[in-house]
Amino acid sequence: MSQSTKLPLYITLATFVLAFVLCAAQYPAMASTRVVANLLTDNAFLGITAVGMTFVILSGGIDLSVGSVIAFTGVFLAVILRDTSIHPLVAFALVLLITTGFGAAMGGIIHYLEMPPFIVTLAGMFLMRGLAYVLSTESVPITHEFYDWLQSLYWKAPGGGRFRITGALMLLTYVAAMIVLHRTRFGQNVYAIGGSAQTAQLMGVPRARTTIGIYAVSGGLAGLAGIVYTLYTSAGYSLATVGVELDAIAAVVIGGTLLSGGSGFVAGTFFGILIMGLIQTYIVFDGTLSSWWTKIVIGGLLFAFIMLQKGLGWATTARIRLLTASDARS
Amino acid sequence: MPEPVLHARGISKFFPGAIALDDVELALYPGEVHALLGENGAGKSTLIKCLTGAYSRDGGTIALSGAEIDPRDPLDSQALGIGTVYQEVNLLPNLTVAENLFLGRQPMRWGMVDHRRMKREAREVLRDYGLEIDPARLLSSYSIAIQQIVAIARAVELSGKVLILDEPTASLDHDEVQLLFSVIERLKGRGLAIVFITHFLDQVFAISDRATILRNGRVVGTRRLADVSQTEIVTLMLGRALEEATHHRARSEPGELLLSLRGYGKRGSIAPFDMDIREGEVIGLAGLLGSGRSETANVVFGVVAADQGKAELRGRPLRIATPREAIRNRFALCPEDRKTDGIVGDLSVRENIILSLQARQGWHRPIPRARAEEIAQHYVKALDIRLASLDMPIRLLSGGNQQKALLARWLATEPELLILDEPTRGIDVGAHAEIIALIEDLREKGMALIVASSEMEELVAYSSRIVVLRDRRQVGELTGHEISTKSIVEAIAAEDAA
Repeated sequence: MSQSTKLPLYITLATFVLAFVLCAAQYPAMASTRVVANLLTDNAFLGITAVGMTFVILSGGIDLSVGSVIAFTGVFLAVILRDTSIHPLVAFALVLLITTGFGAAMGGIIHYLEMPPFIVTLAGMFLMRGLAYVLSTESVPITHEFYDWLQSLYWKAPGGGRFRITGALMLLTYVAAMIVLHRTRFGQNVYAIGGSAQTAQLMGVPRARTTIGIYAVSGGLAGLAGIVYTLYTSAGYSLATVGVELDAIAAVVIGGTLLSGGSGFVAGTFFGILIMGLIQTYIVFDGTLSSWWTKIVIGGLLFAFIMLQKGLGWATTARIRLLTASDARS
Repeated sequence: MPEPVLHARGISKFFPGAIALDDVELALYPGEVHALLGENGAGKSTLIKCLTGAYSRDGGTIALSGAEIDPRDPLDSQALGIGTVYQEVNLLPNLTVAENLFLGRQPMRWGMVDHRRMKREAREVLRDYGLEIDPARLLSSYSIAIQQIVAIARAVELSGKVLILDEPTASLDHDEVQLLFSVIERLKGRGLAIVFITHFLDQVFAISDRATILRNGRVVGTRRLADVSQTEIVTLMLGRALEEATHHRARSEPGELLLSLRGYGKRGSIAPFDMDIREGEVIGLAGLLGSGRSETANVVFGVVAADQGKAELRGRPLRIATPREAIRNRFALCPEDRKTDGIVGDLSVRENIILSLQARQGWHRPIPRARAEEIAQHYVKALDIRLASLDMPIRLLSGGNQQKALLARWLATEPELLILDEPTRGIDVGAHAEIIALIEDLREKGMALIVASSEMEELVAYSSRIVVLRDRRQVGELTGHEISTKSIVEAIAAEDAA
């Protein structure tokens, strides 16, 4: 990939580093391993969700159902562990199968019925939220010794930071996603479809398989995020994670991925997540600011990044025009 | 003579109410460039679509290297050996050159895409096509000509026997065309059979060995180009001798001063200029690509608002900052790119024709259906627009007919000043002559016209005056007997000497 496509990624990275340095200058305690470890733990479920969202947005689509899928996953796990004696690992496998299948089904509808992803996943959002209500309207606590064991696993870094298994899972997801997007044909096809679905098809990209795969990845990762979320809260609640899909979209866009598809990096999404987490941490440290400031700053950042993309778009067009003009003259 | 690499026989294709192809034969030999010629609607595109499987044919056989084939779709025909490259580059601008070349067949290493090998092989492949470019850069960072060559490289690497080039030069300038031709020569040397479709007869003679001419879905002749003249080819295409569009007869005197522009311009778009346009006058805008022809047209019509200078319409001061204001003052503009700026593809021909008239009336006063029908019918007849029904979507018309329908749209508003930007681009010879005749006719009726065109012969034929542009400023004006292609070229070049 050339310099110009990586520029938004570098800008996101620079924004994060700058923000972190500024925060640490004001509150030196923010530069501790404790804060870094919490940043990973607190944002693990959102981070994993955003990976799936990156696939979807890179292909030019959108997935509004992920917040509901996380809630459904939580309630499903809580209820099944309360009412039956199956092992959590089996329950995990089962719920991942359901959510992946659910994503694949949405992908299939989007492709074969030629429906806009917005509408299909909006329907999916209501469907999954409704299913979660059907299972239980109340918050169901999860008490299982396997859960206790998973939650007790951590690596204590010097400085007191506890790096937990959920944070590691998120990092692993990002590494896996990078490999899939840049090193497999499926990944290349995601970019191709995002560039122009019609052209991609003319060039032999299996459009049906790829679209279904993309939404299956998003659904499956939302399921994984749901599992992580139950490890984080020890409960399943049908009203949880409302609006998380929008946070995930925000992280992807702040990470430099074009909403129109075809251009962006999953690494950018990672820093998008970290920037959003950092703002929250800063507000906690400050203590006087209302937590709504998180939303305001994220809103401002989103706007700034959209303007930036627009500006880069103009710059590229101008450069090409110049290039063509000089070609013509020579 | 060797065996033909591709031999299509008795190809027929029927559309509801029309025979698109009737018993067409096409034989391609290895190492030849074979031009496919015909007016718009003669069946060139349909034939290509039948050969590549985009359409299923209703009759006939296709043999490739002696074996009969039946491609299901363009991908299938590509796998069999027939590659196609279109005017619009069908590659992905957001991927790198190498990724575009190898999409779907990336070199793999341990189950992973081997980017390094892909880049290296892409560089080697492109070197065969005379391109020394960095394959790791985005396709969109290169000019259209280079993108076109990358598309050709991909098609040839995937197919390797027959290459179909469908109007590849339509959006290229002179130097880029030469670059493309050098690639075609190389491929010819490699023994490929190449089908070349274009509207530019000069290019046909420059690069092709043989030509098959289609008219109304039938083959009217296959010729070795070394043996025939341009006139003969054109006569075959039209089925009649072409009236030479030459300069020129007595012109009626221009009428009253209509529009007067003083120091009119827009920074970064077109340098300030003076212009007077009278009724019954055609002002030609001449110049090279990017010299400011379209920019002049756009600033007069308010597509980009002028930021300096004054305008007067019939002696009264006038301000035009938007096309709406221009339309209200009875201006009309037929833009250069009819596909993106002109036609609304999915609307019917009738709706497209009355669009501007309706827009001027305001949407709260819809034109009655019967009246719309009448207007559309009138112009379809007056301009000889060939169509099956007024209700068909305009995108189904051929290029020349789309252009005429666009003209009809603006004529329906009965403008006093008609601005035409490249009115004859991408349309066939027959429609070309008709549009030129139409321009003359409108002038005779007292309309004022501004016509921007890259075809100098054409400008010479109908212009009362010619404004010559260079580097986005006016560099000269030719009137009366000064007007000739030679003097235009001199006016363009004069600045160079200075």
